[in-house]
Amino acid sequence: MLVAHELIMDTAGSHGEITRVIKAYGQTPRKAVIVNKADDAEKWVELLRAVRDRQDQSAFAALFAHFAPRVKAFLIRSGMDAAQAEECTQEVMAALWTKAHLFDPARASVSTWVFTIARNRRIDLARRNRRPEPEDLPWGPEAEPDQEDVLLLQQESENLGRAIATLPEKQRDLIEKAFYGDLSHSEIAEITGLPLGTIKSRIRLALDRLRHALA
Amino acid sequence: MKSIKHHLTDALLMSYAAGTLPEAFGLVVATHVSMCDECRARAESFDAVGGGLLEEGPVSAVSADCLAATMALIREAKAEREERKPHVAGVLPQPLQDYVGGDLSAIKWRSAGLGVKQAILSTADGATARLLYIPAGAAVPDHGHRGTELTLVLQGAFRDQTDYFGRGDVEVANEDLKHTPVADIGEDCICLAATDAPLRFSSWLPRLAQPFLKI
Repeated sequence: MLVAHELIMDTAGSHGEITRVIKAYGQTPRKAVIVNKADDAEKWVELLRAVRDRQDQSAFAALFAHFAPRVKAFLIRSGMDAAQAEECTQEVMAALWTKAHLFDPARASVSTWVFTIARNRRIDLARRNRRPEPEDLPWGPEAEPDQEDVLLLQQESENLGRAIATLPEKQRDLIEKAFYGDLSHSEIAEITGLPLGTIKSRIRLALDRLRHALA
Repeated sequence: MKSIKHHLTDALLMSYAAGTLPEAFGLVVATHVSMCDECRARAESFDAVGGGLLEEGPVSAVSADCLAATMALIREAKAEREERKPHVAGVLPQPLQDYVGGDLSAIKWRSAGLGVKQAILSTADGATARLLYIPAGAAVPDHGHRGTELTLVLQGAFRDQTDYFGRGDVEVANEDLKHTPVADIGEDCICLAATDAPLRFSSWLPRLAQPFLKI
């Protein structure tokens, strides 16, 4: 129950808001106050959709309360000073709003998407140019992903998070170092045993459906 | 797309997800991923590891006015809402077109002798990226590598001591590989090559003087 405790700690003050938001767009206020961790990923997706579709400021505030402190910690751990990290966190969180229409919940959790935005912003600042990004695969309201695909991907993201959390400490430590930018490419080559098979298959399926819809 | 046989390594994809890959290698990864959904799914599953770490990781409190400052950024950005880049169909995938400034016709080739041409692309960090043009049936001189060399086929095909590489295939070469890539006779071959060390040519002139035909 460590998990529930942590959640109450870090979203203290925002529960009422989340309840109100969920009620506001016609959902039962399930898991709103004592949030079941397993459903968190789906909750963030719902809130991000509220931002995308209705420019819902309360939904954004709930996302902000959860993700901004994590982004700031990630940036500090990656080498920024606190003031720079705070400014960069604002840019990352603003992108969450302005790019909400580009988020594909059949391929990524909101945590993953926030991570990629923060990572890219960190590279922009360090290099003063862009990270080469793959070609976009267009999708949009006209090709909204299947809800079941979204649920399964979100659950798989939670499973992956738990699997990483329970890896042997030494291995987990290496993975953290890699993602905080502390390992070279050859050091990263020595990391093995990441349990990525299932989530990769789900993403692959979502890509196939997207290609099919485009064809 | 299904015909791609040679893919990126886990180490490259994980470094790319972690944001620690030199820009030149990042460009090869982004270009290959644009052509290969299997590696796109693998890349996005490594992103999910970053998302899991962000979710489970430490938090750092943001200042009281951080949300208000972020909302101000969002209002400023609203005028210039970011849209997906339109697809410009061509031989070069979008990330490469961004560096070249267009498709094949925009490449500023420089002759390297006997029909072989190259164009250096501007990238930061300790690795260089170049486009190579090898006339059908011609050879790139014997060379070894001090570091890592990635070669991605964009048009045509080449063969070396290890295998046959067609459009979308990427060869990952390290110190151990000493090879003489020969372009397939069917079509002039265009590759994107990136290396983190200067190439070592063992016999520049003889090889360039004797481009030979594939049997």
